[in-house]
Amino acid sequence: MIWWAVLGAGVGCYLLKLAGLSVPARVLGNPLVARIADLIPVALLAALVTVQVLAAPEGRALTLDARLFALGVAVLLLLARAPFLVVVFGSAAAAALVRLL
Amino acid sequence: MGTDQDARRAVVRDSLGVAIATGTYGLSFGAVGVASGLDVAQTCALSLVMFTGASQFALVGVLGSGGTPLAGALTALLLGTRNTLYGLRMAPLLGYRGWRRLTAAHVLIDESTAMSVTRPDRDLARTGFLTTGLTIFVLWNLTTLVGAVAGERLGDPRDLGLDAAVGAAFLALLWPRLSTPVLRVTAVLASLVAAGAVTVTPAGVPVLVAAGVAVLVAVLTPRRPPPPEEAP
Repeated sequence: MIWWAVLGAGVGCYLLKLAGLSVPARVLGNPLVARIADLIPVALLAALVTVQVLAAPEGRALTLDARLFALGVAVLLLLARAPFLVVVFGSAAAAALVRLL
Repeated sequence: MGTDQDARRAVVRDSLGVAIATGTYGLSFGAVGVASGLDVAQTCALSLVMFTGASQFALVGVLGSGGTPLAGALTALLLGTRNTLYGLRMAPLLGYRGWRRLTAAHVLIDESTAMSVTRPDRDLARTGFLTTGLTIFVLWNLTTLVGAVAGERLGDPRDLGLDAAVGAAFLALLWPRLSTPVLRVTAVLASLVAAGAVTVTPAGVPVLVAAGVAVLVAVLTPRRPPPPEEAP
């Protein structure tokens, strides 16, 4: 099942790119469609942050643990304009440290 | 013409800078991929075939938090729709046809678009697009492999905090997009809706529900005025 998701979504993402280079611009020129498409990445990424950090590993509940502390560290690193890899691994290190203590 | 050469060299230099910085993110994707339960081959296949970072992180993130493969695939595809919009903008600028278009489509991502869309002519646009896209493709796949192999050997991903790193990766991808009040409000609403949905829906679904926030905000916020010189 995981392979199907990997390859199916992979090919699908390629076709989405190819469609953009191939279809006439007016097909997706509808302003409402363009606005929705503009907002979708922001909505999805914000939801992914929330679910990754707050969803309990057992499911269907919210929980506060080392992941929230790690996200706080990520915010500080982003405010300090740290590069992507520093943000990601710095945040991982913060979570690992909290769990050690 | 010396100036043409200089202009092209400057585009190549800028593109390489962005591409080398971005290409190394694959290290974190590889590590997070195996931490989320994929094997090394599946993680590397995502970088080869899907090759669009946010969608890749989304797929492994949803799977890693217990979501179904279908929910993970749908989330990845929804995030991939922004590349379609990039394509619409880039198509007249790049002017590729046939096999060149089929190849160019694979490296049509955030960074290759950004390093190309502002160029004054087709030659410089293609130079920026290809230099950025192809360099990232090579580096991204190499660093994914390194990250995945290292992640698998380092032991329990929780002890390394790698489960917490996924949220940080999404936040770092989101951060530069929060450029207007409407976008910031969308992010906060989507976050609240997703948190609420976690308690009542199976894993993976809350993120898809939050996509509805994008539709709602788009419908409710005032539209931009139509361009004045609309052809009949």
